[in-house]
Amino acid sequence: MTQPLDILVETPSQTAGPYVHIGCIPTFAGVEGVYPEDLGLSPIEDGAQGDVITIVGSIYDGTGWAMRDAMLESWQADAAGVYPGQDGADPKVSGFCRFAADKDSGEFTLRTVKPGAIKGRSGQVFAPHISLWIVARGINIGLNTRIYFEDEDNSADPLLARIEQRPRVDTLIAKKTEDGTYRFDIRLQGEGETVFLDL
Amino acid sequence: MTDTAALMPRRREVHPDPYYPDYKTSITRSPSLPLLSMESTPSEETGPRFGHNKLGALDNNLICNYTQGKALAVGERIRVHGRVLDELGRPVPHTLVEIWQANAGGRYRHIKDTYFAPLDPNFGGCGRTITDENGYYEFMTIRPGAYPWPNRANDWRPMHIHFSIFGHAFGQRLISQMYFQGDPLIDLCPIAATVRDRSQLDRLVAPLDMQNSRGMDYLAYKFDIVLRGRRQTMFENKPEGM
Repeated sequence: MTQPLDILVETPSQTAGPYVHIGCIPTFAGVEGVYPEDLGLSPIEDGAQGDVITIVGSIYDGTGWAMRDAMLESWQADAAGVYPGQDGADPKVSGFCRFAADKDSGEFTLRTVKPGAIKGRSGQVFAPHISLWIVARGINIGLNTRIYFEDEDNSADPLLARIEQRPRVDTLIAKKTEDGTYRFDIRLQGEGETVFLDL
Repeated sequence: MTDTAALMPRRREVHPDPYYPDYKTSITRSPSLPLLSMESTPSEETGPRFGHNKLGALDNNLICNYTQGKALAVGERIRVHGRVLDELGRPVPHTLVEIWQANAGGRYRHIKDTYFAPLDPNFGGCGRTITDENGYYEFMTIRPGAYPWPNRANDWRPMHIHFSIFGHAFGQRLISQMYFQGDPLIDLCPIAATVRDRSQLDRLVAPLDMQNSRGMDYLAYKFDIVLRGRRQTMFENKPEGM
């Protein structure tokens, strides 16, 4: 016998299901009047420091179909690489956004400020990125990934460096389509499968 | 120990298998390649905070929040309550808990739900609250009905309430479902069965809690939630290997 560890076990995940919008963004789902507005409508307020950018993309299932029912959450640092809640953070950046795939096209849009590079705990520096969390019917545990940017120096990023198959790095890098606009498509399965994270 | 300590790695074996063929939609929505695992970074160790000022007085009362108190929802009145803890057993205070559910007949207020059971004009189906300083939360609602769903020819969802929990770090983010003690449909449900370890599935089944029920008013169900913890050590913030 040994001493007990006294560690609890995390509650198991279950799929968010097809009606996740009712719980998380009810006004979007047509359940109006319960809350004044949905949570996480924008990660920034007017006056946020830095470059305002728009990221557009789709989430494709294993057949190549753009999912119409996914919900996403993003979390990011401000333009100086400081997370909301940390000392010196930009008060106009909440850093959190909830958004959904369009019910007709499947396309999502995130308008935010481009985050700065982030210092890790051991002197590591992470290239500018936005964390994403994706839930939907058929996804049994939320999928984590990151959006990096093709017009930033990603060469020393410790996470990207861990990806063995170098062509897969590309799945985490948003492509500039015009000034201030990026494309970031997510593929859940099969050819071009996005790198999903367990951090 | 600070709020920026590394998160304990997620124990994937207690969670559902992403690919579970009896739940047909998971077949094309599950990654086939391994996840990239590494120690958490500030992106996962920080997270959004939501204050009480965001919440309305009726937000955690689904019996009357859709009509803002003008009329009551139909159904068996229940109180759902419990604590949000981390893996170290510590309360997670001041964190947002959101729920959503079908009405007493098993119908969601959603354009995609076309089940025969009627909508309840007094029931919206969503609620939210923030845990207190001890990690405690509670909701008043009605017991949701079971309902059939398009998967195999005759699949039914057990009665359940969806839960969304934030914690204090984006890496703690969790969505799950609460089931009800004694529901025979739990054992037949392919979504419940995605949790491979039966003892872990049992942790999603809320027991009837008569001591916290109120005579002539409501039954109570207790549902505790455990989020990922943070490593407790002073050996942080040092150069690699030192």
